[in-house]
Amino acid sequence: MTTPILQLQNLKKIFTRNGQSEFLAVDGVSFDISAGECVGLIGESGSGKSTVANMIARLLDPTEGRILLDGEDVTDVKARQIFRTVQMIFQSPQESFDPRRTLGDGIGESLLNVGRSRSQVRAEVERLLEAVGLPPDFARRYPHEVSGGQCQRAAIARAVAIHPKLLICDEATSALDVTVQAEIVDLLSRLMRERGMACLFICHDIALAQNFCDRLLVMYRGKIVEEGPPDEIVQSPKQEYTKLLIDSVL
Amino acid sequence: MNKILQYVNVTTSYNGTPVVRDVSFSLREGEILGVVGESGSGKSTLLKAAMGLLGPGGVVTRGDIWFKERNLPDLPENELRRLSGPELAMIFQHAGASFCPIRSVGAQLFEAVSAHEEITEADFREKAAALLKKLRFEDAARILESYPFELSGGMMQRVGIAAAMLLNPSVLLADEPTSALDVSVQKQAVEEMLLIREMYHTAIIIVTHNIGVVRAMADRVIVMKDGRIMESGDTRDVLEHPVQEYTKKLMAAVPRLRLRRGA
Repeated sequence: MTTPILQLQNLKKIFTRNGQSEFLAVDGVSFDISAGECVGLIGESGSGKSTVANMIARLLDPTEGRILLDGEDVTDVKARQIFRTVQMIFQSPQESFDPRRTLGDGIGESLLNVGRSRSQVRAEVERLLEAVGLPPDFARRYPHEVSGGQCQRAAIARAVAIHPKLLICDEATSALDVTVQAEIVDLLSRLMRERGMACLFICHDIALAQNFCDRLLVMYRGKIVEEGPPDEIVQSPKQEYTKLLIDSVL
Repeated sequence: MNKILQYVNVTTSYNGTPVVRDVSFSLREGEILGVVGESGSGKSTLLKAAMGLLGPGGVVTRGDIWFKERNLPDLPENELRRLSGPELAMIFQHAGASFCPIRSVGAQLFEAVSAHEEITEADFREKAAALLKKLRFEDAARILESYPFELSGGMMQRVGIAAAMLLNPSVLLADEPTSALDVSVQKQAVEEMLLIREMYHTAIIIVTHNIGVVRAMADRVIVMKDGRIMESGDTRDVLEHPVQEYTKKLMAAVPRLRLRRGA
């Protein structure tokens, strides 16, 4: 059996305010993601989904537990040591780009950081823009000069530039119109298939997660309360909380 | 049924650029009308035009919006203000943002109500508590005593919807009232609005990009794109059997839950 691309072992995060009052945001979360697998993490606001994502991307330090990437313990490393393996896409594409730098600068940054020459990067950025369905001149545009959907395409180009093995999408389509969302989801599944990327897809739209993911994890108050194939979770949920969640979908 | 609000060939522009183009439709008494469309389609502008909330640079350049024999865009500001609340009420995506953070919810609602009618604070408290109770809030007194930040976003949104009903308006204009909410709270907010229509026979226009909300609430629906009405009709017909290409594409893009095997 091959090593999963990601393994979380009993991950915990306690936030402290003013050094005293404590909030247990993530409470003993364990799960694996295999290479090329798309795992959906669903649950309400405040359930801890994004905290899990931020710990995996090493933007937050866990209070307890281990994070293994490709079998290697990365719990204590910095984000810049794992950016080749893990990339993230956020909810608000415009906010995730530096407003004073062009989209091309943002997309090519990881490539420059691994030592490619400027001309190589320029050519690669052009190829990436084409892969996500944007014209080459978008490399010279600024984030505020493009629409939300176009900016999210650029964010995807930026995330896949370095050929990561794991893509974390934190509500990557939630701010988009449904027709744009459908296009972005198609783009993501094509890129995942072509490049064999795994994906942690955080989403509060259960219908979307059911259609897009290979497996679903349901999170509630910091814990994974249910896990399984999407159709099984939606059609025969076992936990009361999951039932409530599914029943609430209009 | 009588038409309570009627848009006749309404065109609305921001700094000379039309964002709503030649739109006509009407809202009947006690009816729930859904307006769907994507960002920039002009759906929120429709509501703002009726309330005089287009802001600087925004004007109704052509057409009429009739409410009880009055053409809203022609009304002087003070007359429109008298209607806003007791006749036409509006709720927004973030109801909490309409509240002042350093005063209690009850104090602010009392101020809003006493701007339109003579009422003592004690009578107001009784009336507000009774309304909240009818709308299935568990602890009305605690809500009125709370500061906005002490209530969750979802609770604040439900309070905002209830607050709009304190003056018992005949028309409620709701601009994305459930879009910032989790599904379970979204369902509660939808049920609250349905209850309001049932109890007070309030006519509601709900502007949303969420097709599920429209399916759950609206009697009729209008689909907007680029400032124009693309399609309109009974909710079921439009959602299940769209005629226009754009509506078909929109409906096809909505992710649907597969609740049954093989569905």
